Amino acid sequence: MTEPVDVADHRPAGPGPADRGWSFSQWFRADASEPVRRNLGLVIVLIVLYAIGAWSRPDIFLHADRLWSNELTVLTLASSIGVVAIGMTFVIISGGIDLSVGALLALASVWSTTVATQSYGAATMVLAALLVGTIAGVVNGTLIAYGRMAPFIATLAMMVAARGLAQKISGKTTQVVSVHAITDIAQRKVLGLPLLVVIFGVVAVLAWVLLNRTTFGRRSAAIGGNGEAARLAGINVRRTQVLIYALSGLCCGIAAIMVTAQANSGSSDHGNLYELQAIAAVIIGGTALAGGRGTIVGSVLGVLVFTQITNLFIVNNLAIEYQLIAQGVIIVAAVLVQQFRVSSLRRGPA
Amino acid sequence: MSTSETMSEAPILSLTGIVKTFPGVRALDGVELEVLAGEVHCLLGQNGAGKSTLIKVLAGVHRPDAGSMVWRGEEVSFNSPLAATKAGISTIYQELDLVDELTVAENIFLGHEQAAGGFIRRGQMRAGAKAVLDRLGHGDIPATRKVGKLPAAAKQIVSMGRALSHDAQLLVMDEPSAVLAHDEVANLFRVIRDLTSRGIAVIYITHRLEEIREIGDRVTVLKDGRTSAVNLPARSTGTDQLVSRMTGRTIEYIFPARTERAEAPAGPPLLEVVDLSRAGEFVDVSLTVRAGEIVGIAGLVGSGRSELLETIYGARPAQSGEVRLDGRRLPPGRVPAAVRSGLGLAPEERKSQALILEDPIYRNITLATFAHHARGGITRASLEQTVAAEIADDLALQPRGVRRPVKTLSGGNQQKVVLGRWLLDPAVEPGSGAARRRASRGTRLLLLDEPTRGVDVGARADLYRVIRRLADEGMGVLMVSSEVPEVLGLADRVLVMREGRVLREAPAAELDEETVLDLVMAGSLLEVDSP
Ligand SMILES: Nc1ncnc2c1ncn2[C@@H]1O[C@H](COP(=O)(O)OP(=O)(O)OP(=O)(O)O)[C@@H](O)[C@H]1O
Ligand SMILES: [Mg+2]
Repeated sequence: MTEPVDVADHRPAGPGPADRGWSFSQWFRADASEPVRRNLGLVIVLIVLYAIGAWSRPDIFLHADRLWSNELTVLTLASSIGVVAIGMTFVIISGGIDLSVGALLALASVWSTTVATQSYGAATMVLAALLVGTIAGVVNGTLIAYGRMAPFIATLAMMVAARGLAQKISGKTTQVVSVHAITDIAQRKVLGLPLLVVIFGVVAVLAWVLLNRTTFGRRSAAIGGNGEAARLAGINVRRTQVLIYALSGLCCGIAAIMVTAQANSGSSDHGNLYELQAIAAVIIGGTALAGGRGTIVGSVLGVLVFTQITNLFIVNNLAIEYQLIAQGVIIVAAVLVQQFRVSSLRRGPA
Repeated sequence: MSTSETMSEAPILSLTGIVKTFPGVRALDGVELEVLAGEVHCLLGQNGAGKSTLIKVLAGVHRPDAGSMVWRGEEVSFNSPLAATKAGISTIYQELDLVDELTVAENIFLGHEQAAGGFIRRGQMRAGAKAVLDRLGHGDIPATRKVGKLPAAAKQIVSMGRALSHDAQLLVMDEPSAVLAHDEVANLFRVIRDLTSRGIAVIYITHRLEEIREIGDRVTVLKDGRTSAVNLPARSTGTDQLVSRMTGRTIEYIFPARTERAEAPAGPPLLEVVDLSRAGEFVDVSLTVRAGEIVGIAGLVGSGRSELLETIYGARPAQSGEVRLDGRRLPPGRVPAAVRSGLGLAPEERKSQALILEDPIYRNITLATFAHHARGGITRASLEQTVAAEIADDLALQPRGVRRPVKTLSGGNQQKVVLGRWLLDPAVEPGSGAARRRASRGTRLLLLDEPTRGVDVGARADLYRVIRRLADEGMGVLMVSSEVPEVLGLADRVLVMREGRVLREAPAAELDEETVLDLVMAGSLLEVDSP
């Protein structure tokens, strides 16, 4: 039993992240390169988008300065939806779905910009947004984990109810922000980067660590990979589920502040269709809708692809309708490219 | 190594020089196989020898890299499972491939639904399913029940029903008996004899060598992806010869000696189960397991054994009664609490209940312990790989290397991963050797549900040794197995269960196979609980 299998092409035995004899082609076929292989399709799509930009607007895309400032615009545009998509990544990896993100963003935005909340100052407004998002997420998670509701149903109900509550609180009016520190968030720059982009980046890095390096991330992926196996291995599946939806809600709270700062106001119309955009970004980012696997990098790239398309349409003065059509096409194209890359490389050279 | 007695007839199937490689593994390296009409051709080989891969090539699941396949006189190459089925080759895979959400009848006719003008003819399908199940001696499985609600053995019957529902000339069975109890196997053999008497050929894969003598005509042995013997006569080839053909060495297929002790191990019981009940599953079960003791439960599938283990573990809430570990009551229906107190369960169905198939081997081994290996909530992948590799070595996992996805392992090796999970002791740092790292803390009571399901003879002996060693180091073991000799050979004390009740409890030395089978057999064979 102990003698090694007599096979021609035998991988070095034994543990350790770095197997002896590193070579790019070997590494590229190994499991560790998976995030890269997975995202190759998106990188290609992004490059194609830049090529289209260079062709249609060489004055912008072929000038380093203007390209840089254009890309900062793109990143700023991507930041709030990006934060929401990062929360969504955890939910989908765990085998769930969160349809309520757009509505939670609106609710958090409205709650944090009522006259009463604003009177306590910026810190309280931020805290209110984060709390409202998180608590609503806990409600989602509790309904799903302990009420045994399908995530689709529970968060659909939350989506409708939260949007309604936001309208009730705001009386469907736009609540202008008079606290300077909040509107400042959208203006301020840190090391030459817009603060909004920095927030997006920090959230992405923290989320990457959370997903790939912590027990919470491991549990989330295990639940999505095989819920019954996770449960029988002693993982507290329900508590983890509540935390996952709470995290998604927290991300909505963060995004609510970002959107509020950009718009200079709180409104029950904020975050409209964010759920669809976030889900689409996560899926084209390579996260399996069935759960178990997914990457933060993929979701970030997914958001960037969408925003870059929007940007291309804006700089070329094209109508919004075409933009929606193009986004639909890109979803299909990106997923097809991903599948092709992954499966052809999986098989490897025969 | 071939016998000439049957060479006169033209084979219905012959494979020559079949090669199949996966990234990093040459699973088949020039395999020969020749099957005659109406024979039962047994395929033998250790875990990972390539048996399942070979039949998947045959069934059109994998395309071979090289080699030729002659089926009924014609060179063929199947590019899909459908093509193989249409040509008359029907396959029962090792890992069940049923759809839990569909009914028994829908599963049996999956892919060839009885339809008229695009509309499914439910009545006809139900009747057809019933006929097939009757033929298998299991008219008692309701054709309208969702497959997910059936016990494991009933699922096996349904997947056999599916294979029979095609009009096959060759039926391939990959370890069909692994989940079946004694009487079910007899039933299976009856069906096989019925098929062969009508000229249908059967390829039969098993790790139970005694079955080969009972049902087989000829045997082909695979070793490391090559044929090490072809067409051995099943009845006259000795077990030792088969084993040495499989392993390249001789293995004494025996159980490790029980530890010499004064009758029962002394000390207070580690696990106490008092009057535990769940409606329709088991009634008023009481038992104890002491530290250092292996207790075996014998009983048919459907006798409530697996349900009992899962209830002790907290995976199902008990309706009455209680479970105590070290005298402290475990909260009912709470797996995390049970695991924290030192319980571990290796469940019956590895694919649906135990493994995350896409994940690497090491993450499957550390699924229950990664939080203990972590520092301040940060997981430590390299530490996990190190400890998992030690466990893998200990269990002779093949192929080596713990970062491959667990789904690329052969069935028997996957089973070792399931067991390996509970052999980890998170409390001790690596380097001190897997053997010594265990008994200090971590798992103190191991619940094993069919621990050797699909494990080859050699590895089985290794596993028995590991289990015995765990017990000697102070762990308590409660084990369920369909194989009575395994229960009698490995356990110190045996409980016999039937229809959810414990009929008899005795030291293993006082029981023999006959007695246990008699106790177990009376009554219904395969309970399917009412809706
Ligand atoms: N999809 C796959 N990708 C990579 N390697 C694979 C894959 N399927 C099988 N293998 C490898 O091929 C070899 C043969 O596996 P196979 O499943 O045929 O063994 P087996 O003889 O059926 O063993 P068992 O008795 O355990 O079921 C093993 O080393 C296994 O790890
Ligand atoms: Mg197999």
